[in-house]
Amino acid sequence: MMAMAPDSLRTSVQSTLQSSLLQPSKPKIWELLIWIAAFVLPWLLPQKALMINEIAIVALFAMSLDLVLGYTGIVSLGHAAFFGFGAYSAALFAKWVLPDPLLGLALAMVLCAVLGAIASVTIWRGTDLTRLMVTLGTALILLELANKFDGLTGGTDGLQGVLMGPVLGHFDFDLMGQVAAWYSISVALVLFLFMRRLVNSPFGATLKAIRDNRLRAMAIGISVNSRLTLVYTVAAAVAGAAGALLSQTTGFASLDVLAFDRSADVMLMLVIGGVGWLYGGILGAIVFKLLQDSLSAITPQYWMFWIGLILVLLTLVGRERLFKPWTWFGARS
Amino acid sequence: MLTILFDGIAYGMLLFILAVGLAVTLGLMNFINLAHGAFAMAGGYVTVIALQRFGLPFLACLPLAFAVSALLGAVLERTLYRPLYTKSHLDQVLFSIGLVFMAVAGVDYFMGSSQQNVQLPEWLSGRTEWGDGAFMLGMGHYRLFIIGICAVLTVVLQLILTRTRFGSRLRAAVDDPRVAAGLGINVNVVFLLTFAMGSGLAGLGGALGAEVLGLDPTFPLKNMIYFLIVVSVGGTSSITGPLLAALLLGIADVAGKYYIPKMGAFTVYVLMIMILLWRPQGLFTRQGGK
Repeated sequence: MMAMAPDSLRTSVQSTLQSSLLQPSKPKIWELLIWIAAFVLPWLLPQKALMINEIAIVALFAMSLDLVLGYTGIVSLGHAAFFGFGAYSAALFAKWVLPDPLLGLALAMVLCAVLGAIASVTIWRGTDLTRLMVTLGTALILLELANKFDGLTGGTDGLQGVLMGPVLGHFDFDLMGQVAAWYSISVALVLFLFMRRLVNSPFGATLKAIRDNRLRAMAIGISVNSRLTLVYTVAAAVAGAAGALLSQTTGFASLDVLAFDRSADVMLMLVIGGVGWLYGGILGAIVFKLLQDSLSAITPQYWMFWIGLILVLLTLVGRERLFKPWTWFGARS
Repeated sequence: MLTILFDGIAYGMLLFILAVGLAVTLGLMNFINLAHGAFAMAGGYVTVIALQRFGLPFLACLPLAFAVSALLGAVLERTLYRPLYTKSHLDQVLFSIGLVFMAVAGVDYFMGSSQQNVQLPEWLSGRTEWGDGAFMLGMGHYRLFIIGICAVLTVVLQLILTRTRFGSRLRAAVDDPRVAAGLGINVNVVFLLTFAMGSGLAGLGGALGAEVLGLDPTFPLKNMIYFLIVVSVGGTSSITGPLLAALLLGIADVAGKYYIPKMGAFTVYVLMIMILLWRPQGLFTRQGGK
């Protein structure tokens, strides 16, 4: 009996450890329901299909930022760099080479991944401030370039005359935007599943270790720089896919895909939804877009004021308390 | 060519005055404050209102701009900023972006979105030229005035920080707030005064720079990156670092826009990324500093 105890203890510890580690990666029933609802909505509300499409795109964009900000802890103010780069590459590909959406999407993702891998060198070293500056600088450089090469990008007028072919050769984009919404949601679902697998893998665990304590992560033998490069590349490719979806479904790309506001907005969405949780991007995108829609209906030009007020209140109250209503009026935890 | 150098120096000095408050909050107090430009904008609009509505002389507007921005800074520090000193950098970034958005929309609502003009007095609008050919030096009187004021302020600031009791209290409070408080220094008051001073200087810079940089509601967003460059490139250990960085940035920007106008601010951004890749802590830092 006595000799058995440590062994059985070990196996029971092992099994509880294993199950608690594997717990988050198990698909839940509510996750399935969310995605089914997403696919049914454009059919139920055809007049809102354009907005659903837009929400799906920004949700994908916010999830890509979550990989960098929520899981790895890198404060980036220039994530729109990849979004805009993807948008322009997909639009230019459709205009000058082939109008097939999926090929354009793949090309945009590859190009953004290359850009992300190059740009990842800039986030290796330095403090939060330094990273903030280099990410912001990267986005601003791309914005300047897009503005100056107006022969290629259309400059401030935007890139017009992008005509897309049908998805998979069958489904033409309609004016209502239903096909666009389904296309965007499908792409978002595929990339979401990939990211979900990624953050629940051992690789994802090392990212969290880097976020929580970089020095300690290095000390247990995680090669920090290569992890940073890999996650930044993946996040750039996903953000590029979101940008490509936007320019493909609207048939238009303008300078605001690269602007500072876009980087700030996506960060806000993610924070509203909750960082370090992929559904935070989706939830934040839905709340943000609905807020924007209703507030802009009241005061179109002062939407910026309200969003600023929300940000200030959110940080002063403590954003982690947003989803714990029982702490709102009581003592601080 | 000398004229470009001169304009660059004037621009750099102006940037230094605008950003020196940020160097203190961001560098010394380790608070990422993206809303610094909003205080500068406040100073600029105070000047415009005082000049146009109340007809005050230009020289009287400058101290007024300083005072109003400093007061604004003090009030906001006490009410909004202080609880966030201990929060994460992400929270600070979000908070200050929110503040900028509110300032932009608020000014738009009250003052309109058009560009405001500052009417300079007669004696500041002239221009003196020396020499000829490639070495001709054309000096706008207003830019000369800016350089003069900023140089005096720099010296005064340096003296305050290094020679006075307040300066040593500030440095002590920054290095270790707990020990400083244990020695009987009222850390909160020191930070409050410092923040107000930095905001006031930004307001003064905004008043001086309204004519050079242009003043409209998007001022804090447009110039935010420049202030941040000055601080991050200059490092945060002293005020000499930001001063040199501001001069470098001013000259690079003016020269870049003059010689390669097609690239605009591109040169400045590339230069910043190169410098930060080479020295992530900024060009001028002491060893072991924060």
